[in-house]
Amino acid sequence: MALVQLANVSKVYRSLQGRDYEAVRDFSLDIEPGEFFCLLGTSGCGKTTVLNMVAGFEHATSGDIRIGGTAIDGPGADRGVVFQGDDSLYGWLTALGNVEFGLRMRGIARREREERARRYLDLVGLTGQEHKHPTELSGGMKQRIQIARVLANEPQMLLMDEPFAALDAHTRAAMQRELLSIWRATGKTVLFITHDIDEAIILATKIGVMHAGPASKLKGVVDVTLSEAERDRTHDRFVDVYRQVHEMIRDEVVISLQRAH
Amino acid sequence: MRQSLERFAGYVVGFASLFLIWHAASTWWLGSVLFPPPWQVVKKAIELTEEGVLGEQVAVSLMRIFSGFVCGTMIGIPVGLAIGSFTFVRRLLEPYTEFLRFIPATALITVAVIWFGIGETSKIFLITYTTVFIIIINTAAGVAAVAPNKIRAARSLGANRTQIFFFVAFPATVPYILTGMRLAMANSFVTIIAAELVAANNGLGKMIWDSRMYMLVDQIFVALLVLGLLGFTADRLFRWGIYAFAGRFSPVT
Repeated sequence: MALVQLANVSKVYRSLQGRDYEAVRDFSLDIEPGEFFCLLGTSGCGKTTVLNMVAGFEHATSGDIRIGGTAIDGPGADRGVVFQGDDSLYGWLTALGNVEFGLRMRGIARREREERARRYLDLVGLTGQEHKHPTELSGGMKQRIQIARVLANEPQMLLMDEPFAALDAHTRAAMQRELLSIWRATGKTVLFITHDIDEAIILATKIGVMHAGPASKLKGVVDVTLSEAERDRTHDRFVDVYRQVHEMIRDEVVISLQRAH
Repeated sequence: MRQSLERFAGYVVGFASLFLIWHAASTWWLGSVLFPPPWQVVKKAIELTEEGVLGEQVAVSLMRIFSGFVCGTMIGIPVGLAIGSFTFVRRLLEPYTEFLRFIPATALITVAVIWFGIGETSKIFLITYTTVFIIIINTAAGVAAVAPNKIRAARSLGANRTQIFFFVAFPATVPYILTGMRLAMANSFVTIIAAELVAANNGLGKMIWDSRMYMLVDQIFVALLVLGLLGFTADRLFRWGIYAFAGRFSPVT
């Protein structure tokens, strides 16, 4: 059974001016356990809306969202969220304090939570930075704290909303490689939002391409069966997948640009 | 090290120039007994200190500021947190905060004296009054400014509402509370002098008022100089305190 099931989900944002905005309409998607699913779309296509609904931050206007067969009711520790910016980090806590946060809230004993937090800080390559505060760390390191914070909580799945979009190209590439190795090591299910085709192909086992917004839904799903060595922009098979995905999204980019003007 | 030395040198030069201009203005430009030069004021200050008068007045005024400031802060923080957290509390209390904060404490001096007499109670009431609204408004603004993603992250990490309040919303608001306290401290100085000018048995404001009656201009200047120094010191201590104890809450300070 699919771990995440979205069936005919619609989301309408009510506006005070009376002009409602329908972000997604009849959106359906299944994600299998252990899958690395990239949701790819142009800006304003509603991909973040989908993630926010799966996270439980926003309610679907209609349709059905299930995790492991149960309808979701708000956010939960089974779904860890990694945000795009660093404003979700707690500036008054150290890196260690941030990573421990979920365990502390859930009443896990100090010794155990510290041990677990250190293990995950180590996994994301932040050993030696435990006692620094977020402001003392670079953008890439802050995203590592976010990833460690979510992993330490041991959720069923990770929801990542363009987590590397604000990083420079080199840091982003390094973070993508690390995320892949973490994913391989932990076997977590991932829903990853991006607008970057390259990033999607490097990371995903499946890429869901979305129509341009509003009232968007999935245009199609591309299976990515590349090996680790083939997840390289210069590899022929990578380029094949790129063409396939690009073919799907090209028209949507044109539509979204026209609608933006 | 070099930076702090430069900063220190900057202060020394800055203050020296202030006294130099003061000296020049009073001796060469105006040359009036109504505007004493700095050395005369300092001499008078030393005299008053030796007599024990200055220390006593300073202690009285500072104690009033301190008591009122602590009261105002203790009331202001919880009320501000409640207004920032619950819409119905905001609606309930907004008439009070939005109405009362436009009535300056100085306007209430007469009423305070009629109600509480010219003793300590009226002064502490006025300082509390002048402190509390600034703290409330800053605290409430701080709660409103907590990044929604901080709350969302906490919810996804398994925190409940109470935990979110104590472990996320409150610490995120601390820098705003501290800023409110700094602003309130400056207001307390204004209010206490005004209150002591109008109705008091002692304190720096009373000292200024009495000196006026006997034309002791240098004594007025002593009080002014001391006020400037006290305000400056209080603000520095506050900034230092913020930096030393709460720097991690607000690294920008």
